[in-house]
Amino acid sequence: MVPLNYYLVLSAVIFAIGVTGVVLRRNVLVILMSIELMLNAVNLTFIAFARSLGSMDGQVVVFFVMTVAAAEAVVGLAIVISIFRHRQTLDPQDLQLLRW
Amino acid sequence: MIVDLGIIAAKAFFVVFLVLNFAGILGWIERKGSALVQDRIGANRASVFGFAGLGLVNTLIADPIKLFTKEDFIPLYGDRLLHTLAPCMAFFPPLVTFAVIPFGDVLILGDRVINLQAANVNIGILYIFAMASLGVYGVVVGAWASNNKFSLLGGVRGAAQMVSYEIAMGLSVIGALMVYGTLELQEIARAQGNLLWGWLPAWGFFLQPLGFIIFYTAAIAETRRIPFDLPEGESELIAGYHVEYSGAKFLMFFAGEFAEIVTVAGLTTTLFFGGWQIPYLMRDGFHFPGGATILLPHLGVVFLQVGGFLLKVLFLCWLQIMLRWSLPRFRYDQVMRLGWKILLPLALANVMVTALIIVALQNGTLKP
Amino acid sequence: MTAPVLIFFVLAASSIVSSLLVILQRNVVHSAMALVATLFLMAIIFLTLEAPMVAALQILVYAGAIMVLFLFVIMLLNPLVSESRPMVWWFFGALAAMLLAIEFVALFLPVATESRALPEGFGSPGMLAQSLFTDFVLPFEIASIVLLVAIIGAVVLAKREI
Repeated sequence: MVPLNYYLVLSAVIFAIGVTGVVLRRNVLVILMSIELMLNAVNLTFIAFARSLGSMDGQVVVFFVMTVAAAEAVVGLAIVISIFRHRQTLDPQDLQLLRW
Repeated sequence: MIVDLGIIAAKAFFVVFLVLNFAGILGWIERKGSALVQDRIGANRASVFGFAGLGLVNTLIADPIKLFTKEDFIPLYGDRLLHTLAPCMAFFPPLVTFAVIPFGDVLILGDRVINLQAANVNIGILYIFAMASLGVYGVVVGAWASNNKFSLLGGVRGAAQMVSYEIAMGLSVIGALMVYGTLELQEIARAQGNLLWGWLPAWGFFLQPLGFIIFYTAAIAETRRIPFDLPEGESELIAGYHVEYSGAKFLMFFAGEFAEIVTVAGLTTTLFFGGWQIPYLMRDGFHFPGGATILLPHLGVVFLQVGGFLLKVLFLCWLQIMLRWSLPRFRYDQVMRLGWKILLPLALANVMVTALIIVALQNGTLKP
Repeated sequence: MTAPVLIFFVLAASSIVSSLLVILQRNVVHSAMALVATLFLMAIIFLTLEAPMVAALQILVYAGAIMVLFLFVIMLLNPLVSESRPMVWWFFGALAAMLLAIEFVALFLPVATESRALPEGFGSPGMLAQSLFTDFVLPFEIASIVLLVAIIGAVVLAKREI
């Protein structure tokens, strides 16, 4: 049986990789994909604890996280499409119209 | 331990052997069958020492040799990695899906009871839908990697069609799952051995006729066969999403399509036609409703059950091929309308009516 | 090094490599395919953690539907321009992420492992459904409303004329 902290460390590393993607990349689509990476890391933590504590609550929460991630990806991509139609760019640096 | 692994390996080998061989034979049935339907002779030029074998030599020996020895090229600005990856992604789902389809009851060797199913997972049907949903990638990635507008059009159409019919396919099965009370396919196959009113086997075809029709239609649409083959569109889009593929890569797409036919037939057999069940055949022999019994040795029963399964799968494959050569192609908006506006509400209505009947009958399910 | 630990290390290394590919690839389509690979590997890790139902849902929903949507949008928008990246931010961003990772690892490594006996049928669809429809029925209904709102929002946002 694999110790719990191995899974937690793996989840932390993937989460940090997702954060790097959000901070470094200049492409809105890659930023959205990095957010999905972070959500997956969190799912892994939940499942690992569910197995460790013997409770199904962790898996039910993962079910809901997946649902919300799906909804968020859908709306996020719709927003990206609208932005691309108006400004022909996928670079978040160009979307500065509301800055002072 | 080693013996257990060996048994699992043998079952997996049998399943892969089955799917690949059926795929090859279906290629031959398609060519010769279509020739018979269209009142022509079909492929008969390739022969070995004068033996052309009704086109078998042509389809099963000459064609693979030709396709393997063709030049493998990648379009000029196409994506090298994805162009090579796409046929693999198209060929992978139908092979792995067959792992959970039971092809027999149990085989008793000495004191070892072998369940004739390559992998007995407790999620059963969900595994099949998960693998089927991965089939979209072969189409989409293959279309994109070709750097070709016709390819991309065919691929996007194909992906949208597959995603739409996945929903109808999943919902149509829920009625059958409610009636048999389990997700596991071997249990569903076993439950179809029960006799309704003493003489009618409890096959899904009799208990869920609407579910069967919706499932079969949605599955044929999911595998992009005619009448739903606009993504491939032989007369409009040249060859749609696999126009830039030749040689062994095209063979993988082609064989993947036939393997999908076999998988759809296997799944329909298990859910709606009793799987490996032969009517009135129990584990020790035939028990007819009149009271007559014919006792058979265990290996004879296993042989009959596996043979029955293979015959049913072959029949449903043949049916799909005949449908291909009988029906004209749907227009794309007709395909989408059928998937969303007709099959989806019908599947939901099927679920509700089945639920009402189960509640009304108090003991309506065949749950073991 | 027992077999489960070995399998875990192989899966962990592969998922870290594919996550790195997601954020490091220049081509967006390659990033998306690397993310599909990551999701598939995570589903296999879920399988080793006694969660077969969640693993099937991960492949069905995440890898099979959400990523197809991503690929659709990428192909629709067809980004040809590669992005420019000032070197200074790259350095500070990577440093911040590495510090975050090190802090997490330092926090998680000494966690004690308690393993309780798992009830029969843990992770099976039956047990998940029991929790979902008794203890968590309100979030379940709200989730369906969330999905409905997301569908309506996406259709409204992406339409050309309302």
